Amino acid sequence: MSTAADKPVLPGSLNANRSLARWIRINDDGTVAVRVGKVEIGQGILTALAQIAADELDVELHQVRIVTANTESNPNEGMTSGSRSVEESGEALRYVCAEVRALFMQAAARALAASIEKLQVSEGVFHVDGKRTSYWDLAAEVDLVREASAQVPPKQAADLTIVGRYAQRIDLPAKIFGEPAYIQDMALPGLAHGRIVRPPNYAAKLLSLDDAGVRALPGVIAVVRDGDFLGVVAEREEQAIKAAAVLAQACRWDAPRQLPHEAQIYDYLTSRPVETAVISDKKDEKAKARTHTTLEATYRKPYIAHASIGPSCAIARYDGERYELWSHSQGIYPLRGDMVKCLRVPADRIVVHHADGSGCYGHNGADDVALDAALLARAVSPRPVRVQWMRADESGWEPFGPAMVMKLKASTDAQGNIVDWTHETWSNPHSNRSGRGPGSTLIAAPHMADPVPVSPPIDSPLPAGASHRNAIPLYEFPNQKVARHLIMDTPLRISALRALGGFANVFAIESMLDELAIACGADPVEFRLRHLKDARARAVIERVAQMADWKSGEKGDGTRGRGIGFCKYKNLGSYCAVIAEVVLEQELRVVKAWAAVDIGRVVNPNGAINQIEGGVLQATSWTLKEAVRFDDNFVTSLGWDTYPILTFAEAPRVEVQLIDRPSETSKGAGEGAQGPTGAAIVNALHNAVGVRVRELPLTRERIMAAMA
Amino acid sequence: MPERFELDVNGKVCAVEAEPDTPLLYILRNDLDLKGARYGCGTGQCGACTVLMDGKDIQSCDTPLWAVAGKSITTVEGIGTRAQPHPLQQAFLDEQAAQCGYCITGILMASKALLDRNPEPSDRDIDQALERHLCRCGSHNRIRRAIHRAAQAMGGKR
Repeated sequence: MSTAADKPVLPGSLNANRSLARWIRINDDGTVAVRVGKVEIGQGILTALAQIAADELDVELHQVRIVTANTESNPNEGMTSGSRSVEESGEALRYVCAEVRALFMQAAARALAASIEKLQVSEGVFHVDGKRTSYWDLAAEVDLVREASAQVPPKQAADLTIVGRYAQRIDLPAKIFGEPAYIQDMALPGLAHGRIVRPPNYAAKLLSLDDAGVRALPGVIAVVRDGDFLGVVAEREEQAIKAAAVLAQACRWDAPRQLPHEAQIYDYLTSRPVETAVISDKKDEKAKARTHTTLEATYRKPYIAHASIGPSCAIARYDGERYELWSHSQGIYPLRGDMVKCLRVPADRIVVHHADGSGCYGHNGADDVALDAALLARAVSPRPVRVQWMRADESGWEPFGPAMVMKLKASTDAQGNIVDWTHETWSNPHSNRSGRGPGSTLIAAPHMADPVPVSPPIDSPLPAGASHRNAIPLYEFPNQKVARHLIMDTPLRISALRALGGFANVFAIESMLDELAIACGADPVEFRLRHLKDARARAVIERVAQMADWKSGEKGDGTRGRGIGFCKYKNLGSYCAVIAEVVLEQELRVVKAWAAVDIGRVVNPNGAINQIEGGVLQATSWTLKEAVRFDDNFVTSLGWDTYPILTFAEAPRVEVQLIDRPSETSKGAGEGAQGPTGAAIVNALHNAVGVRVRELPLTRERIMAAMA
Repeated sequence: MPERFELDVNGKVCAVEAEPDTPLLYILRNDLDLKGARYGCGTGQCGACTVLMDGKDIQSCDTPLWAVAGKSITTVEGIGTRAQPHPLQQAFLDEQAAQCGYCITGILMASKALLDRNPEPSDRDIDQALERHLCRCGSHNRIRRAIHRAAQAMGGKR
């Protein structure tokens, strides 16, 4: 891999992966291999990237073969996260493919003795005056092992024929026909089955172990102990499950009960030492002097789980020298970085292949289970071992989206203009991902007899931000102070969950905006527009109001009501406005949601809408139902009975419209809708029944308490 | 002790040898190489492992091997293929009714059981039939639409 030092900055991930051959290979079967470092996590990214490549190369979509990310041949694109894949990988591919096409055009012109200007290209075939050649005919003549120049401009929006149109997801048929499609389904010769036995809590130490009984169980190949790390390997999967259950009973642990009480979690967090940063400070004394009405409120969001339907899984093989791993990690290169430290072998002796998993929605147990598998595989080398976490492993040990507290204070003048705004956010950092820091963030790393120290979590900086993501409002306020209080004490294991702090910050901002609008007697849609200059922001709000046939000043009827929420994701990405309609029955139910979204140039409209629908529904689930439960020992929400999520009967109808802007940069669609959805539901509840609930989730108990 | 069982899966009789209390899911996935039923929770709460037993949708993760002897099991592999998709599979593709897709095969099997007993289900019927199926990605609306589309394509015939 070439390095980027002292060289011109190239677009997207091309900057760090500068060889054309790293991205594109002309296969000899009439297809083009497109190698990417971004991975499929159910968001349809591989289809969108294939569309981009096909369009620039002038081949058909079905002629593109996406090569699943791996650390041997594919570019290093870091993490697949933050809705950045179209921006990073897509931008790189646009320039790579434009340049590859230009190189082949030159070769084709030579081969056909024609001028480049006269060449036509379609389906990968270059033709002029009845003569033809193709990518495949010319493959030997064009050496792609060369540094990208990024000097060949990609197509203009008007010339795109595949981007912007419907494309069926390339990965879905295998998943719908029940073919082996996920890492969970991979079969390797001699595959053995592993299960792990975790300590009873985060702080526990293994005192003693009597594993003779486990070793005698049918099918057991090995009981693996490495310090406080424990696992079993068996011939058959059900044997591994039984052996792990027996092993769990054969351990004596010192397990101090160290967690704060769930009921006091917000007080606990806000009383910890913090690192405070003021991230926005605007002053206008004259405007402040017009203060007429001031509101103050505190908003709270609990720990939320990724709650993947398929618990994490990994396969590992160790031949005595080299590890080969299959993982559904969002970052195979960063994962390899942690593996180097934990397995204590150099990077060139570890290969990580990506394989699809169940949807992850951020950093779940995918990386952790890869180390588990490697440790078990080392013990039974050279047999490959498949480690499938059980439901309780995932629900208990996955890193959660952090609990957050937002204190807001805002003032309006007599005309209902916001003249002063203060927003303080208390939060843990939002990333515990692999591949950085002095140690490792993998669960087993500190458990090993020769432990690898735990790298502290990080909170990505602004402008995208993490705990402070979307804490700076897009609205125009003359006085504004926004502060982030970062709490480094992390009682529960935490990491990146879809939208990071953006969900909670938008919930708080948009709730406060609603409270102010009501205090001023203003319509919430008009009140937002009053404070927004950004034309694209105004456009999504106006569009969603139109879609929902919003009536200015509309009031709920005592059980049913509607509310709005808006954000520009990360203040850099997509624009999204959501109107939700709720009805208070036994529980609060969201009946319908409308979303208007601007993601710039749309690559796959159906895929983008699918992501937004999913974002709305998942955020509905977070807002109505979800909170990680725990006692002073450990997480207690270890299954779906204790961590319920949205069911079919509870799923609102969702209507989405995209405002396509072909000349604007494409932005990701996966995370823009969450904040606006949560806020719209909270605001709709107020519109319906006249009570303001400022702590999530909106359970029946909480709503009743607010109404009392 | 492992015992030998004869199973009728997708119309074929297969012999397997395993402990009688082995969950059917692992027999299907590991002995019969039918990966379409997915592991989600192991306690019958999420529906990802759903298959049909004598036409009724059951959770294979908490159905022991001994309980399926003499019964007819249908998995997603038994209802259609890429070359000959079941109308439900075609409808799920047409509606792009999945994101990660992990829950989908289980939902397809519950939907098949639904359409077999109720060729024209309402939204409410669908929600009831899928009560025990969790979809984390939020494809619920597309799934409902796909089931309606399949029902229409099947024209009441099964």
